[in-house]
Formats: sequence, C-alpha cells, structure tokens
Amino acid sequence: MATATAEPSVRTVKEDGQKHKKNALSDGQGRLAYILLAPTLLVILVVAGIPVIMSIRESFFQTNNGVDPVTGMVAGGEKFVGLENFTSIFAGGNPVQGSFGTHDRFVNAFLNTTAITIVCVVLETLLGVAMALIMAKAFRGRGIVRAGILVPWAIPTIVSALMWKLIFDSSGVMNRVIGSQVLWLADTGASFWAVVIADTWKTAPFIGLLTLAGLQTIPAEVYEAAKVDGATTWQQFTRITLPLVKPTLVVAVLFRTLDTLRMFDLPAGMVGFGKYRTETVSVFSYLEATQTRYGPAAAYAIVLFVYVLLIAFLFVKVLGADVIGDTGMPKKKKGKNKTPDDKAPDAAAPGLEMMGGAH
Amino acid sequence: MATTTTPPVTQDRLSSAEVAELAREKPSGKARVGMIASYVGMGLIVLYCVLPFYWMIISSLRDPSQGRSTQFIPDPVSIENFKGVFSGQNNFGRSLINSLIVSGTTTILTLLFGIVAAYALARLSFKGKGAVLWLIMACSMFPIVVLIPPLLKMFSSTEPFEWFPRWIDTYQAVIIPGLSFGLPLAVWNLTAFFKQLPMELEQAAMVDGCTPGVAFRKVILPLAAPGVFTTAIIVFIGSWNEYLLALTFLQAQDRQTATVAISKFTGTTGFDTPYGTIMAAGVIVTVPLLIAVLLFQRRIVAGLTAGGVK
Repeated sequence: MATATAEPSVRTVKEDGQKHKKNALSDGQGRLAYILLAPTLLVILVVAGIPVIMSIRESFFQTNNGVDPVTGMVAGGEKFVGLENFTSIFAGGNPVQGSFGTHDRFVNAFLNTTAITIVCVVLETLLGVAMALIMAKAFRGRGIVRAGILVPWAIPTIVSALMWKLIFDSSGVMNRVIGSQVLWLADTGASFWAVVIADTWKTAPFIGLLTLAGLQTIPAEVYEAAKVDGATTWQQFTRITLPLVKPTLVVAVLFRTLDTLRMFDLPAGMVGFGKYRTETVSVFSYLEATQTRYGPAAAYAIVLFVYVLLIAFLFVKVLGADVIGDTGMPKKKKGKNKTPDDKAPDAAAPGLEMMGGAH
Repeated sequence: MATTTTPPVTQDRLSSAEVAELAREKPSGKARVGMIASYVGMGLIVLYCVLPFYWMIISSLRDPSQGRSTQFIPDPVSIENFKGVFSGQNNFGRSLINSLIVSGTTTILTLLFGIVAAYALARLSFKGKGAVLWLIMACSMFPIVVLIPPLLKMFSSTEPFEWFPRWIDTYQAVIIPGLSFGLPLAVWNLTAFFKQLPMELEQAAMVDGCTPGVAFRKVILPLAAPGVFTTAIIVFIGSWNEYLLALTFLQAQDRQTATVAISKFTGTTGFDTPYGTIMAAGVIVTVPLLIAVLLFQRRIVAGLTAGGVK
C-alpha cells in the first residue's frame, strides 16, 4: 500500500521542497490531483457556481415594466429593489386557495412542496424497506425483481407523469378499479394524492434497491447469534436489521428528500400549471421566470435552495448521514492497513441515490 | 428432498459438495410458508413496478379513437398511434434526434471531465479532497430551478445581457447547464469504480517506469471500461429524461427534445388530449432505455451498489 504512506511523504515535500523524494510513487500527487481536478472544478464553477451567484443577484432586482415616472418613457431593464422580492412573500399580496387554506401563492407552493416531500418520503421509505426485506429473503428470481424495479426508474419522469395522467383521468382506469368518480386531476385534494402516488411508484423501488444493498452487507452470523439467544423475528428486525441498515437508509432518504423538494415534472405534467393544490416551488419559480418576472423567480428559487441546504445540513448533523461516505477517501482515517473495501457499502450509496433523477 | 440417498461411495471421504448437500437444512413447514410468502411478495413487487407501464403499452396499442378506453386488452390492436407519433405536425423524429444530440454530447463531455477527476479523487491524496467532495456533492443537491431565472434572462439576451448571444433554441443552452447534474453523477460513480481496481496495478506500472499519467492511461482506463460504460448509460438516461431545462430553453418545435415534445402533443381536434399518441411516444422514448437497462442491469445494479455485495 504505497499510497497509504502518502501523508507522511506529502509532509516531506512541504518541508524539504521537491528535492528529497522519500517516496517516488506518491510525491507530487497533490499537484497532479489539482491538474486532473481543475477542468471539472472549472466546469462546476461555470455551470453551477456562477449561475447560482447570478441568481442571488437577480433576486434583488425586478424587471422594469410600465412607464418611468421621471422620464415618461417606457422603461426597460431592471431596477434594484433590495429585499422586496423576499419580503413580498410575507406581505401576502397574491393569496390563493390551496390545500392548506388561503395563503400567498409562494407560501402555498412552499407548503405543498413540504407536504408532498414528507408524505412521499415516508411512503417510499416504508415501501422500499419492505421491498428490500422481501428481496433479501428471496431464493430465486431476484434477477427478475431487479429488472422490474429498474422499469419505473428508467421511465422519464415526464412520461410517467403523462402515463399517470391517463390512469387518473376522470374516466380512466383508476376510477374504474376503485369504482367511483374521483376528479384526480381537477385541482382538488385528490390531485395532491395523485402526485404522491405517481412519485411513490417511481422511487419506492429504488429505495428498495438501495436498502437491499445495505441488507446484504449484514453478516448472517449476526442473525444466527440472535436466533440462538431467542430473539423473535421482530426483535431481529428492530435490533439488528434497522440499526445496521441505517447508514445506507439515511443517505437514501436524504437524497430522496432533496429530490422531492425540487419536484417539477410530475405536477407540471400530470396536473398542469397554475393548479394551486399541487404547485411546488420549482413550478411556481419556473412560471414566474417564463413570464419575465426574473427577480421574484430567482428569490423563490433561492429560498428553495436555502431550504434544501438546511435539510441536508440537518440530515448530516442530526441523523449523521454519511453523505461523502468513503468515496475517494480510502485512507483519510489513520487505518493504514484497512482495505478500502471495509467501508465500501457506505461509499456506494450516495452514487446510487443520486440517480433518482429529477421529479 | 432426496438428500439422504447414499451416493455411490468411491472414496473414503465424501466430496465437499456432498458434505454441503448433507449439511443443508431440510426445509421445514414454516420455512416453506416463508418461501411461498417471499415469492408472493416478489410477485407483488414486480406487479407494482410493471402494471402502470403495462397500461401505457396497451393504451398505445389501442385504436386512436379509443384513447381513454379502460379495456385491459386493446381491441382491436392497432399501431395507428405509433404512426401518428411520426405524422407531420408532431415532428417526433426530429425531437428524437434532438434528444440524441443533447444527451450524447452531455454524456461525452461529462465522461471526459469526470474520468480524470474521479481518478484523482479515487487514487491520489491531496489537501482539500474533502472540500472537493463536498463541492461536487453540493452541486448534485441544488435545485435546477435556481439556474432558470438568470440563464433564461441571459440566453434570451435581455437587459443587462444584451452582449450575450441569443441561446434560446440552441443545444448548448441545455447541454451546458445539464453538466451541473451529469458531472457530479459521473464523478461519484467513476470514483467508486476506480476504487475497486487494486492500487497495486498502477504501483506495478510505476515501478516499471510509468509516470502516474501513463499508468492511468495504459493500465487503469482499459480496466475501468465497464465502469465508464455503465456511467455513460446512467448519465445518458439522466440527460435523456431531463425536462425542466429543455422545456425552458428549447421553445421552437424543431429544437424540442423528446420529453418536451411529448408533453406538448396536441390532438388533431385540438380539444381532446391525444392519449394514444402520447402513450405511443412514451413507449418509443422509454423502450430503448429499458432494453439498455435490462441488458446491463446486472452491471448497473452491481455498479450502483458497488461493494455492497462482497
């Protein structure tokens, strides 16, 4: 493990300059690493960093419209409005009737986003864990189930939105199956549940796949020992399975939460724009931007961004989500003789969950 | 179970396979119930995942006049909807080509940048690695909608961006912001793949006189090809399925990607949602992905859950 000794040798380089190379294999890694990372970091800066800063700037401005009172000319361009885009949220200047009573349109979208996220993530986690437990017990046919599970994942979200739109049509198959006439897509309380069902369908199997990976790292001996000690199946589940699968599950839930918070395709494709029962912050911000109200749109997007950051921070701090996992840090901790595989299960999870895709 | 039949003894000791056979627990009644229950459970999972998709497929195979029919088997089976998808006004072939251009370019760019970055993250030790990992992670977390207001303003050359070329209805308007979610995905996956390869490979190469760069190119890259390929599929699917950026920046009908085109299909009458055509287009957009995913499912799942199964 020559590279495992990289830390001391890097220190050597720092102290003595490049002249006395103690370890020809790992010296100069730092510089090489920066060279290799530079393009990616530059791209991230250009495609994400700068637009985010531009968006923050934008949120303090508003597009001019109407006639300039001073010059009497039709005003163009933009004007600095300070925090007005943010404060107007609380002024309640645009009240709409949503699932949670009458609120400002942004507050309504924010409440929708939060409610959809909580309900979806709870349902998806329960279903996903159940699926993983079933798959873990399977003797044969796991391949078929895995193939089946990848079907909802591979379908584009907008296509699945339209698919559910047909299923939830007032004269569609869902109403035929339940034998009643629910107006799922007419901006009623049922629309909320239609979105929840469609999202749960698409992503619960995915949580199942992730949890299964976590389950399979639990050695069978642990269960055998518990059985010898007389633990019931339920005790085995709550005392062994859940604690041991928790690291994987927390990361999965975190990524699902962040994904659901930015949900756009499903409400937009299924229920449509301007439907206040299912309007999420992403949908509202998009609508504002396309109507050239860039300032408010940016402000709403920034609030969503801060919300997402806050949730991620809480997950990492309170629930101890190991987001970074071990990926890329095989020897950060002192365990020099540890093989990278030791913590590999945690490492795999973030990469996997990132694939949840847009919603 | 015929496990107790004595095998013809040709040696003094049983072979290890036979020992394993004898040591195996005979399934008790309880275990058998559990087994049946697990098969039933698996059946339910498959039904859960596949039934809505089945509905999409049979709805696409109906006669166009039966768009909202709730028959479980289309009668008569018709491919008119599939013809309708490519009929003049929908221009769906063009949309498919647009999608291919956008997703293909995004995938290639992402891989070019991602491979080198992932290699550095997986193998090299350097200061600030934690910060880089967090940065990449954060990049995958932020809502895409944050990009929409400033970029829409910029790409449409609105004040104060008069100097910026008009990028609405250009491919780069979708490809470049698309890197912000493709790149973290690729870097994260590839890092996991590179880490699976034993480090001794490069060390041997470097002992033989290769520089780290050459060791990477000649030893690691060929071995990581399956990982790169899997990552390519995943990024491609993510990019192919992307909707928000494409909806915002590609407005002209001949520039729309497939996902946008499907969501904007209008019926011939203009009033009724042409469900049959939409479902047919959905099937066309999804089936290639499904075939790729199912062909490589072992690899994709294994890659995704790398290290999960030892």
